[in-house]
Amino acid sequence: MVALSALAGEGPTSLIQAGGWFLEKAWIIPALPAISFVLILFFGKRMKYKGAEFGIISIAVAFIFAICCVGQWIGQVNNADSYTEKQQYHDEEKHSDKAAHEGILNEEIQRTSFNELGVASSEEIVVSALAEEKDGYSSVGIKPVIERFTWWESGGRSFQVGIMVDGLAVMMLFVVTAISLLVHIYSTEYVAGDRRYTHYFAFLSLFSASMLFFVLSENILQTIVGWELVGVCSFALIGHWWEEKPNSDAALKAFLTNRVGDMGLLVGMIVLFWSAGSWSIVDINNAAINNEIGQSTLLIASLCLTAAVMSKSGQFILHTWLPDAMAGPTPVSALIHAATMVVAGIYMVARLYGVFFEGFDIAGSSFNVLALVGSVTLVGAGLLAFVQDDIKKVLAYSTVSQLGYMVMALGVGAWTAAVFHLFTHAFFKAGLFLGAGSVSHSVHSFDMKKSMGGMRKFMPTTYKTFIVCTIALMGLPPLAGFWSKDEILVGTGGWGLFGGTGGNGTYVFALVMGIIGAALTCAYMTRVIYLTFFGEFRGDTHGHGDPHESGKRITIPLVILAVMATGAGFLNFPVGFLTGSKAGWQERFGHYVEPVATYFPPIAHGTPSWSLAIFSTVVAIIGVSAAGYYFFVKVNAQSPAATELTNGLTEKSKVAKAGHTLLKQKYYLDHLYTDIIANGTKGPVADATYWTNQKGIDEAVNQVGKQTARAATFVYEKIDQNMVDGVVNLSGKASEGLGETTRTIIQRGKIHQYAAIMFAATTILAGLLIVFV
Amino acid sequence: MEYDNNWLLSLMVFLPLIGAAVVMLIPKAQEELVKAVALGTTLVTAALGVFMLFDFDYGKSGDLQYVVDKEWINVINSRYILGVDGMSLPLIALTLLIVPLCLVYTFGHFPEPRNPKAILALILILETGMIGTFASQDLILFFVFFEVVLLPMFFMIAVWGGDDRRYASLKFFLYTMFGSALMLVSFLALYFLADGSIVGDQANTFSIVSLSEGASLGISRSAQLWIFAGMFVGFGVKVPMFPFHTWLPDAHTQAPTVGSVILAAVLLKLGTYGFIRIAIPMLPEAASAWAPFIGLLAVIGIIYGALGCLAQRDMKRLIAFSSVAHMGFVMLGISTLTDFGINAAIFGMVAHGLITGMLFFIAGSMKDRYHTLDMGRLGGLLVSAPRLGWILGFSAMASLGLPGLAGFWGEFPAILASYNPASILPESTFRGYMVVAALGTVLAAGYLLWMLQKTAMGNPKEEFADNEEITDVKKHEWIAWAPILALILLFGLYPRPIFTTTDDAVVKSLTVDIQGEEIENCLEVEGADLGKECFANVRETAESMKE
Repeated sequence: MVALSALAGEGPTSLIQAGGWFLEKAWIIPALPAISFVLILFFGKRMKYKGAEFGIISIAVAFIFAICCVGQWIGQVNNADSYTEKQQYHDEEKHSDKAAHEGILNEEIQRTSFNELGVASSEEIVVSALAEEKDGYSSVGIKPVIERFTWWESGGRSFQVGIMVDGLAVMMLFVVTAISLLVHIYSTEYVAGDRRYTHYFAFLSLFSASMLFFVLSENILQTIVGWELVGVCSFALIGHWWEEKPNSDAALKAFLTNRVGDMGLLVGMIVLFWSAGSWSIVDINNAAINNEIGQSTLLIASLCLTAAVMSKSGQFILHTWLPDAMAGPTPVSALIHAATMVVAGIYMVARLYGVFFEGFDIAGSSFNVLALVGSVTLVGAGLLAFVQDDIKKVLAYSTVSQLGYMVMALGVGAWTAAVFHLFTHAFFKAGLFLGAGSVSHSVHSFDMKKSMGGMRKFMPTTYKTFIVCTIALMGLPPLAGFWSKDEILVGTGGWGLFGGTGGNGTYVFALVMGIIGAALTCAYMTRVIYLTFFGEFRGDTHGHGDPHESGKRITIPLVILAVMATGAGFLNFPVGFLTGSKAGWQERFGHYVEPVATYFPPIAHGTPSWSLAIFSTVVAIIGVSAAGYYFFVKVNAQSPAATELTNGLTEKSKVAKAGHTLLKQKYYLDHLYTDIIANGTKGPVADATYWTNQKGIDEAVNQVGKQTARAATFVYEKIDQNMVDGVVNLSGKASEGLGETTRTIIQRGKIHQYAAIMFAATTILAGLLIVFV
Repeated sequence: MEYDNNWLLSLMVFLPLIGAAVVMLIPKAQEELVKAVALGTTLVTAALGVFMLFDFDYGKSGDLQYVVDKEWINVINSRYILGVDGMSLPLIALTLLIVPLCLVYTFGHFPEPRNPKAILALILILETGMIGTFASQDLILFFVFFEVVLLPMFFMIAVWGGDDRRYASLKFFLYTMFGSALMLVSFLALYFLADGSIVGDQANTFSIVSLSEGASLGISRSAQLWIFAGMFVGFGVKVPMFPFHTWLPDAHTQAPTVGSVILAAVLLKLGTYGFIRIAIPMLPEAASAWAPFIGLLAVIGIIYGALGCLAQRDMKRLIAFSSVAHMGFVMLGISTLTDFGINAAIFGMVAHGLITGMLFFIAGSMKDRYHTLDMGRLGGLLVSAPRLGWILGFSAMASLGLPGLAGFWGEFPAILASYNPASILPESTFRGYMVVAALGTVLAAGYLLWMLQKTAMGNPKEEFADNEEITDVKKHEWIAWAPILALILLFGLYPRPIFTTTDDAVVKSLTVDIQGEEIENCLEVEGADLGKECFANVRETAESMKE
């Protein structure tokens, strides 16, 4: 109370405790699919729809719950807004005992670390909150809903499990349940008749449960648990058709690559735990923001966690598992390897943003590891997408590239932009994957060059939705991708050099890479569109007639996703766009999702710039036009069935040829990992270790045994026979009975003699020890 | 305790031995009766254990309960003391659980040469030895039980083992015997050097309680180091710690299935239990001096065991090597000398017992079906026997430390603890160990998934396709496995019961105290130099209290 009144006395800020039945009961959302998993496991095969009904019903109810949570959260934020106004009205009046009067104010500060929050830092937050007000961010902090209970205790520390619900979590609950529901429905048709249909739905449920559990984590221990659980679901679903070796190889690769990153996760989280003295995400962020943890410690933790992000979110150089993960069923690729699980890394950074923000010194800098990893990934993966013939692999590299955007955005301090891109990307990328699945469902292949072409005639709905999602991905206005990508570019603060205004620092490098990436995205997606939907059909339907449009359970999710891909961007109009008023439509997403709280670092928001938006759009259009000219004009002129120019650049130029080979070989990273690291460990290193074990250590043991036996025989034959002492005799006789049984087994078993000698030696040794030490 | 329950532990320890005697007396022909008596005995013992689990006063889990203290060998002041506290309770419970399950499993799979009477009697004797070790509170008694375990296991390997059983059994016996010998040397040294009069006992004592409550604090530093070294070898061989581990793969590979299961599930824990019950509480100073070295061997074991796994072609041998790696995590937890680390270690022991025991069960069942465990020939278990395949997958996931299953709570807290070892220990060294141990989790995933891929995934090889013998999980296997699988999941989701049970006892074992009066917590003194000083003070205090 003391701390609160001191705080309230300092200025016009306060914290409101968010509440509401749905928010407090958000644990039900992961619990539903978890129950469904158990039900499918035990009763799935006996049900009419082989267990799919459990999955769909549970995720549908979870989705409704998630929507209710969204509604309640918006209500909470609005509540805080009105409170802000009220507070401004009362600004001149006394604040000191406000807490006592205002029921809405949180009565108790449960978190000790909040008590420790000094006056100076609260002032800081006030200042930043006030500064943000003009951007449409409220100045009243909202405390997240935290419900928890003790999971276990050890060594005087308690480990808790619980939920933490704030704008970010609510947004993610919505995305995960929405995409998961659509994927469930889609799957009933897509994997119909599969050899492990029930098993497939069981794992979809388990995956949804784990992911939702991860999203709601109240503490980093729970984050680790959820993180690993989604990993294992991903393993099971990539290897869904494990009879074929490539699939199980892909599953293993995914899991092991992620394990490498998990090493970073474990170490990073351990460092954070010991330095903050708590598992709680809020406590850790608070400690990081208030400089209670040293900068170097935070840097180490951030670097370790970045390794985890690199593996989970497919960032260079640990991205190689993600394209291979396409071995799993397509709906799984859409759900896990594009829309939800792979963004776990992004989500984790967003959750612990205080740590990264301080650890990498994001404000006022122009370079950090996160921004570097993200920007290299987004261009590197964009290039790789050009040389893939498998439509899913193109989309996989595209996912890697888009995740690069998000990581880069987090690296430059554009938190809201990263999260917003996560949101929009989820819809259009899921739409693209499911669209690709729809095409392959009809041509039974993913090879664009051999089995597709001209599909727009056969599959009009798939074609249209695919085009919409593609435009959204390309970032062309006014579809979703444009708004989020633009926000990221603004957030780099690099445009400021040319007359715009900056964000947290001047990340010119990130800006340049972001713009190059935008052009690449446009170009490779144009290639996909041409190869898949235009030209001539190159496939073979084995006498089943022309390919045909998929059924309703496939097309309806596609349409819904296309609608979302169109509309999602409107949720976060930039400030100053269309209207000038703060209460308008602008920045709604950021307003509701970005926390205004003690556990969130004081980030600056870049000011949107018309010139940048226009420039990036022009670049995107150039990308589309260049690729469009190549495919739609030149390749098409050569032959409608052609997939590339016969005398293209790679034939003419050695450099281009080398570049093409480099890309085809995926920068040789797979060779490095599989042939050198993995096989090296499994082969020479393991064999050498084992050789040492057998020929070194074990041989030594054997020699000791043999020599002792020889010595024992000597002693027995030359000495013992002559001067047997009573004890040995006795033990010998006692062993005689047992010896009878064993005689057939161990003909020359001289156990009792060895034992006797050993005990004699023991006594001598003990004597020596006592005398001399 | 208001009512006297001191018969309970004695009954638990000796009931199996009586059962074994009865089994021996029944004529061979009456096989059903033999089975019934053996199973009945273990079930009654387990029932006593269940009673104890409910009756145990968890509020006082730091104190010994059900204590019985009777005269035994007066000449050397060795007494018959049994007692249970929070540290031994989980391990006793584990033993009481595993043994009946092993019996049920054996009923369906009597190994060749078929001799139910003998093998059941041996298992019962083993049970006596194991429970006795965990319950004894006197060093000589402890030693006797520790050795009682050896012979039945020796015979099990030697009679029912694989082709190379003679070598493996002899190696197992002699190696552990060698360790025990050094351990006994240390016990004797303690007997002569420690002074029980500090805690009001006779001057020379074997009582674990007296020795860990101050009797040994007066011993000079160098003597402590030597005594600890002896125990280190004795217990280290049993764990087994690198480089004393080479008996383990041979013993495991050759042992019959139940032998492997008991060996992995319980016998290995005798070593780690020795560290936390005897070596560390009695010799905290020596422990703090040895701890960095133990930690080093532990992390070497983690990596080395994992690499050893990757080099294997035989599934059972792979699982055996994985024990070396997993026990490395347990030893790492112990070497931190913190309550946190040792709690993790005890959890790790229970988890490893359940999980690796389970893996050996599966390997045994697969051997019965395929008659080989050569991973180059296996494959497609998920096709031939889907349920068995899934259980293997589940156990492999548990073994690699997947959160939500028991293995994680042994492994992760041990790594966590090594970031922040007892203050007397070199912090940066242990942080280095932490990173290496974390690398071990990657390798663990590597070898286990590789094994899973080789054996369970893919299509069955031609030689095993449509093989009638390869059936799915049988009834007796379900009975034997279901409790283990359920516990792996239960402790994975809710690890609290074990941690709360052990916590107080562990804290007590790490307190440097004289008759329960804490004198100075030297383990939490900053740095080794101050630690030395602190222990020197403690020694003076102890000397001054001699009568």
